[in-house]
Amino acid sequence: MVDSSVENIDVRPVNKKENRSLFAKREKIQPKKARGSFRRLKWVIMGVTLAIYYITPWIRWDRGEGGPDQAVLVDLARERFYFFFIEIWPQEVYYITGLLILAAISLFLVTSLFGRAWCGYSCPQTVWTDLFIFVERMVEGDRNARLKLDKAPMSASKLSKRVLKHTIWIIIGVLTGGAWVFYFADAPTLLVELFTLQAPVVAYSSVALLTATTYVFGGLMREQVCTYMCPWPRIQGAMVDEDTLTVTYHGARGEPRGPHKKNESWEGRGHCIDCNQCVAVCPMGIDIRDGLQLECITCALCIDACNDVMDKVNLPRGLISYDTHEGQFDSNPERKLKLRFIRPRTIAYGAILALVGAIMLFTLLNRSVLDVNVIRDRNPLFVTLSDGSIRNGYTVKILNKVHETRQFRIDVEGIAGMTAWLEVSGETDRPLLVTVPADALSSYKLYVSAPAENLEEKSMDIDVIVTDVDGTERDVQETSFKGPEK
Amino acid sequence: MSKEVEKDDVTGTETTGHEWDGIKELDTPMPRWWLWTMYGTIIWSIGYWIVMPAWPLVSSYTEGFLGYSSRGALEQELEEANEAQAGDRAALVTTELEDIKNNDQLYQFALRGGKSAFAVNCSQCHGSGAAGAPGFPNLNDDDWLWGGSVDQIYETIKYGIRSDHDDTRIGEMPAFLTNEMLDRSQINDVTEYVLSLSDTREDKEAVARGEVVFQENCASCHGENAKGNREFGAPNLTDAIWFYGKDKDVILRTISRGRNNVMPAWVDRLDDATIRQLALYVHSLGGGE
Repeated sequence: MVDSSVENIDVRPVNKKENRSLFAKREKIQPKKARGSFRRLKWVIMGVTLAIYYITPWIRWDRGEGGPDQAVLVDLARERFYFFFIEIWPQEVYYITGLLILAAISLFLVTSLFGRAWCGYSCPQTVWTDLFIFVERMVEGDRNARLKLDKAPMSASKLSKRVLKHTIWIIIGVLTGGAWVFYFADAPTLLVELFTLQAPVVAYSSVALLTATTYVFGGLMREQVCTYMCPWPRIQGAMVDEDTLTVTYHGARGEPRGPHKKNESWEGRGHCIDCNQCVAVCPMGIDIRDGLQLECITCALCIDACNDVMDKVNLPRGLISYDTHEGQFDSNPERKLKLRFIRPRTIAYGAILALVGAIMLFTLLNRSVLDVNVIRDRNPLFVTLSDGSIRNGYTVKILNKVHETRQFRIDVEGIAGMTAWLEVSGETDRPLLVTVPADALSSYKLYVSAPAENLEEKSMDIDVIVTDVDGTERDVQETSFKGPEK
Repeated sequence: MSKEVEKDDVTGTETTGHEWDGIKELDTPMPRWWLWTMYGTIIWSIGYWIVMPAWPLVSSYTEGFLGYSSRGALEQELEEANEAQAGDRAALVTTELEDIKNNDQLYQFALRGGKSAFAVNCSQCHGSGAAGAPGFPNLNDDDWLWGGSVDQIYETIKYGIRSDHDDTRIGEMPAFLTNEMLDRSQINDVTEYVLSLSDTREDKEAVARGEVVFQENCASCHGENAKGNREFGAPNLTDAIWFYGKDKDVILRTISRGRNNVMPAWVDRLDDATIRQLALYVHSLGGGE
């Protein structure tokens, strides 16, 4: 009751404490363990993705002379990228571009079909965070135990749990960073080097850096990475439409929500009993009942949690389920899911995927294992020799992309009376034979001279022909031969 | 100046008060750790000021405890590069020039070093492509005044031509008119003769008279067949290559006034390894013998 003798002034503190801070304090999320089919699926995917990550560098692949026997290797020192049967030189980096385009479009396609399946199941941030939460649960117990531990005063038991947890996290971080460097060097050799302190500094610093990022992102920052650092949640909005499967709370069926006692009637009320299990299991700390939102990575753990509850209260499962946009307005628990996988958006993504994939495959299958570059000397353009003939100089670069030493013959055609010789061997060697080591580039200085009277124009086309002596491969490079003004 | 703070009903977040077509902008708070990251960078910058060069002063700057400077870093890198090359440079000096070609690694090292030394020291006269200019020989062709073997090129670079070094190569093209050794008509005749060696001339009589003049005055250096003599650096007058140009005017001037260009001796300016690199590089340009 307001005392009538005191006047009530309508005023508000401009600088009120809760309005003062421009920065939000982060509240720690302690996700509860979920049980169910999606949780099992996530365990399986975690196992598979981690296995791929850890085993891949150890797969061997025979490449023959001069090539490493590691199936997947980014050889920065020798500027090669090896991926099973694919071998890429630096100038073929467009294959990587193609792979990245394929990855991006696949992500678009998957997102338009199944929402953020990548985020929820296979993104490294999700996989490692899941692993870190698993460790946390093993050491400190499930959600309630952890909340209690957070509030408890520091004690020997709390300290030992904390130390154990962070120690295991850091070990996981070291193993993560440790596996990463094996992609950049021969794995068995590097493993020995790492333990005998013989490895290059960059290997140790990479391990240290990845240990730090794994520990910080997976252990400490978790959902903050997805919400604030990752651009993908923003981009995905453009990929999702009304036919996309997303984790959906069926509001029409669930509302109005409220607590429910055993044997109470379900008439006139919604199926949501407001138990907050879906909130408790969420690693992102959101309430899926607010609808599709930026923070949701569609990990589907709330589906597992809610299905559990629905079983207990004897209602059909699927109050929260994978559904399309319209699902939230359907109150029928037996709702039939209408899937429209084929629609203009998915057709477009599929077509781009097929096109880029086909181009990649075509270029990869037709990749030449002999590349020749002929570079004309431009300074001087030509040289007059004492007998009056004209000489041009060329640099011939031969890229031998196979893993065996090959011998090539260099021929020149185009002008009558032309002679060619290599700077190193001199004019006497005929024919011009060069030996290019396996998987290497060799560069040769080629001189060509022609009688001045046979030059019809001041610039004539000639061909430099490089032929594999023991094979069939042949590369014809057109270049020009310059002479004085006519 | 009280400002009404409006809260959004759905999110409970304040709005900025900006509104466009009924859409209001939320003033969503930044995460706290983001703020701490910014403070962290500020603290880092203070440490950076202390250990690294940072603040400009009136005539100098704060040098920082680590003593870093980009100039010092460059010096160190150059020193490291010199150290890395020391072995190859020593091998260049101790290996016979002709044998260097047989060691591909050493040869490539010589060519690359020679190319850069050429750009720094030689290109001013001979051109960046070594194509020369009137009075400065083209080093790409197969015509050599003093010899085109790698040893001869090496000696030319080392001691120069008509340079001030005691071991310099010397040869003289006298000024026949200035010194009154020949008169104008004789010079015209001998010019016609020289031109006739590589071209057809119309004035056959002048050519015939010129040949006599040539044999009496020029053959001692250029040879009876006019094919030159490398001992005196006397050019071959029968080929397609002309040192100063093949116009009659130019040749008349050469005979009348003489030509005595200078190539400096590099022995006192460059070390032996560099001169060897230059010799091999010039030899590799296509005309090496």
